[in-house]
Amino acid sequence: MEYTIFILALPMLSFLLLGLAGMKMPHKVAGAIGTLSLGIVTVLSYMTAFSYFTAPRTAEGTFETLVPWNFEWLPFTESLHIDMGILLDPISVMMLVVISTVSLMVHIYSFGYMKGEVGFQRYYAFLSLFSMSMLGLVVATNIFQMYVFWELVGVSSYLLIGFYYTKPEAIAASKKAFIVTRFADLGFLVGILIYGYYMQTFEFDPAQERLMQAGMVLPLALGLMFVGGAGKSAMFPLHIWLPDAMEGPTPVSALIHAATMVVAGVYLVARMFPLFVGFAPETLHIVAYVGAFTAFYAASVACAQSDIKRVLAFSTISQIGFMMVALGVCTSMDPHEGGLGYMAGMFHLFTHAMFKALLFLGAGCIIHAVHSNEMSTMGGLRKYMPITHITFLIACLAIAGIPPFSGFFSKDEILAACFQFSPAMGWIMTIIAGMTAFYMFRLYYGIFWGTENKELHEHHTPHESPLSMTFPLMFLALITIVCGWIQPFGHFVSSNGHAYDIHLDMSVAATSVIVALVAIALATWMYARDRQPVADMLAKRFATLHRAAYKRFYMDEVWMFVTKRIIFRCVSKPLAWFDRHAIDQFMNFMAWCTNAAGGTIQPLQNGKIQTYTQWFFGGIIVLVIILLLS
Amino acid sequence: MNGFLSMQAEFGMVAAIVVMLLADLILKRPNHKPLQTLAVVLTLALTVLCLTEPAGEAFGGMYVNTSIASAVKAILTAGTLLVFTLAGRWLEREDTAHKAGEFYTLTLCTLFGMYLMVSSGSFLTFYIGLETASIPMACLVALDKWRRQSAEAGAKFILSSMFSSALMLYGVSMLYGTSGTAYFADAAAMLTGTPLQIAAMVFFFAGLGFKLSLVPFHAWTPDTYQGAPTPVTGYLSVVSKGAAAFALTAILMKVFGQMVEDWSLMLGIIIVVTITVANLFAVLQKDMKRFMAYSSISQAGYLVLGTLAGSGQGMASLVYYLAVYVVANLAIFGIIGIVEQQTGRTGRDAYNGFYRTNPHLTFIMTLALFSLGGIPPFAGFFSKFFVFASAFHTGHWLVVFLALVNTIISLYYYLLVVKAMFITQTDSPAPAFKSPALARTGLVICLAGILVLGICSGVYDWLTELSMQF
Repeated sequence: MEYTIFILALPMLSFLLLGLAGMKMPHKVAGAIGTLSLGIVTVLSYMTAFSYFTAPRTAEGTFETLVPWNFEWLPFTESLHIDMGILLDPISVMMLVVISTVSLMVHIYSFGYMKGEVGFQRYYAFLSLFSMSMLGLVVATNIFQMYVFWELVGVSSYLLIGFYYTKPEAIAASKKAFIVTRFADLGFLVGILIYGYYMQTFEFDPAQERLMQAGMVLPLALGLMFVGGAGKSAMFPLHIWLPDAMEGPTPVSALIHAATMVVAGVYLVARMFPLFVGFAPETLHIVAYVGAFTAFYAASVACAQSDIKRVLAFSTISQIGFMMVALGVCTSMDPHEGGLGYMAGMFHLFTHAMFKALLFLGAGCIIHAVHSNEMSTMGGLRKYMPITHITFLIACLAIAGIPPFSGFFSKDEILAACFQFSPAMGWIMTIIAGMTAFYMFRLYYGIFWGTENKELHEHHTPHESPLSMTFPLMFLALITIVCGWIQPFGHFVSSNGHAYDIHLDMSVAATSVIVALVAIALATWMYARDRQPVADMLAKRFATLHRAAYKRFYMDEVWMFVTKRIIFRCVSKPLAWFDRHAIDQFMNFMAWCTNAAGGTIQPLQNGKIQTYTQWFFGGIIVLVIILLLS
Repeated sequence: MNGFLSMQAEFGMVAAIVVMLLADLILKRPNHKPLQTLAVVLTLALTVLCLTEPAGEAFGGMYVNTSIASAVKAILTAGTLLVFTLAGRWLEREDTAHKAGEFYTLTLCTLFGMYLMVSSGSFLTFYIGLETASIPMACLVALDKWRRQSAEAGAKFILSSMFSSALMLYGVSMLYGTSGTAYFADAAAMLTGTPLQIAAMVFFFAGLGFKLSLVPFHAWTPDTYQGAPTPVTGYLSVVSKGAAAFALTAILMKVFGQMVEDWSLMLGIIIVVTITVANLFAVLQKDMKRFMAYSSISQAGYLVLGTLAGSGQGMASLVYYLAVYVVANLAIFGIIGIVEQQTGRTGRDAYNGFYRTNPHLTFIMTLALFSLGGIPPFAGFFSKFFVFASAFHTGHWLVVFLALVNTIISLYYYLLVVKAMFITQTDSPAPAFKSPALARTGLVICLAGILVLGICSGVYDWLTELSMQF
């Protein structure tokens, strides 16, 4: 498996090449280099996955954890050292497949979407950087390597959100994303340091006696790490950056802000899962509650948004909430008794990556066609864009949880896990799943059905996108249709590593399908027609609520209040005054003293060698006297 | 016979000097180009010889080589190599071209002396090495003899050097008188710290302090550095200093082991005074060479912090500091030399607006200054960190603290140069110029060193391993 190093090395080289020499290349060449390297990475990832999952299991019935590369980078003590390496286990191999697939599709798609943009080469360079960092994150052999790549992912996300750097909104959004996630990462770092200090290692599996002695420290460390995960994965209340991040190019949203980077938090919790379950079950349940609330909050906001990318962004937040819930409701390592959620969460991560990337890329096609994100400029597009329409519908059905599409299977496992945990949790999540179906079909009808905006379309008839853009749609749609049938997913990934047969819980499945169908029917009734009297009436009737939901329940304003009014005014301003008047003045005084002292002693260096020898000899005498007296 | 194998670098050096002399005679003039190539090849070969040199003794213990000494010799030789690559432009001038052979031969001679200093086993070999390193150095300093400044610098250097050698020899004679031996190995047991021996140690130390230009033995430095040809200044500031620093550490630890209390107090005082005084002088300098002279005085203070630790870790951090200092300082002197040859100016104002005309050189210069200032992630940060850590571990926290305060002052004057290059506006910035290929290679090696030496933890680990065998 030594070839796995190329999975990281190729995108890195491509980034360096495009970053340093890209501006001298024609657009096509730059794009081809990026896409080709990612193509090879994808092939390598598939090869890795194939040979990993077909290799014989160990005596305990699990897949062997492989470390084909490891390099000790910074040693501190015997056991405490930071390594850089590649770790292959079921979830990291699965993530390799997800990331490389989506990334390759986005690379191909961008050929059409970004055609003729200024900075095309820079765009591909950043995509390569992102792919490298994300792949490095999932194969990290220790928590610190993960952190390093975690920050690299954050940087590339920042660069890509702010790709249109002449647009003020894009700059504001990129800054916001970076600051919010970086703020959360502080928790992650503190968590890592506590972990490293008490466990005396950065590896994922500390020594048993260390774990026993840790007591309350481990839940604290894991909780702090989860804060970092919550920032990256846009959990409430740190979700505020994700909707704004939609200012970036749409393929970027598909890759980073839907399929890969935002699930890094989920991956982190899954990575630390044995520790969570074994030593911090309460922290794990907090993860579940945060996830559930986020899922509900985001779903309700999504119902009222009019910008299609924002709807998708909130839908992403909500779905990540589902994954967190799935992980959080686990109570043991055994998938048959309370450990089902782990498999379910990972499964949903996999299927969600595919259909959410599909949704975003479809949205990209639509935006490409009508040159706007607003739903009001759309409507009746199904005639003009058949491929986009069908693939988008498939993805909507998948996310709504309609069999036989992939989302149904993974969501069903999550719900089953929730019902095992507590019926209340199960019902809450079922209702949120229903909301998902509702707002997704509201979106779908708003785009493809309803009144056509004739006025706009007169100037510019919408048209289907080129093949470079529709091919990824069709490919991802195909995966969305079939990947739910990968029943052996439980064979590959499960909480204790043993093969687990996914079996549908009929009562849960039936309930969730019925709820979803009712929600879709409701959406059809409200939004499919040309006029939408019911929706308008409801919006008028509950104007305050509708407005609040549209304004995302004023979360951004709350943050603004906390930062601008409280922190800036009450803490920063006095500190700034103190800094400017007390500290700066003191420093200026010190600098003045230094300069004055320099000026005073300057004459000592008078260029006369007689003086120099006097100093020389005088120095010796003084030293001898000091030493003899001491 | 085994013992002589451990002198392979020294024998190689003698051969190299002879080859250089003969080549200067045989090659038709102007011969500065082929001579430069030859010098570079020879130093490269010598670096390899140093790296492969086994530890051992020769001449009945007059010569003692250790693995860490070999590493130091390799670093010094590599530094000389860099100086040679950067000296090309200076040596192709009409008035200097015929002196190219002299320059290379004399430099190799001084380097030979430093080899002996580093691997000496007795005060006699050490003194011979020191003089072999000093006397040709005076010739080098005065190589531009028709320039008044250079001649004056040479005169000041040789006079100060004689003075310090005499005092040092006086110290050595007292040591011999009280211990009855000149061998390091034997003297160690006899030097117990009697008042006479303390005085002798200070005299001896002053001689090395002169070479290292520690305050108050530093006064010759600014005048000599400013007057000497720039490549020679570069050589003086790193290679000559490096040899002295290592010899000082080795001798203090090996020979004056019992007097550790005394010499660590002495070093502590000297370090604080050196760094502070040098910094106070440096902030007001306008001439780059004079400014770098004070900078190198203060850097010597940091270097000796490794000695102060008096441990294997301290020695490793000193050698590591030296390696990092070599690349950063030579990069700066290389650029000062290039600018001097092109514009004839060495003042800081020659660098105003340098960024617009010579972005590559500015980039290297900036990183080198950052490295000297100790800004992460450049190598200089790590080397400072390691010397501070080693001195801190042996309890010299007050010295470390004062040295830390001084890094802030040093940062100020290093950034003044950066500010001149990037920010200060001028109507007539230095014109854009292209340096010879060899000089560019040298600068790129320096740049690579600045960037890589710190991040590759292997270098420091390797030096630690060698120092532990010391």
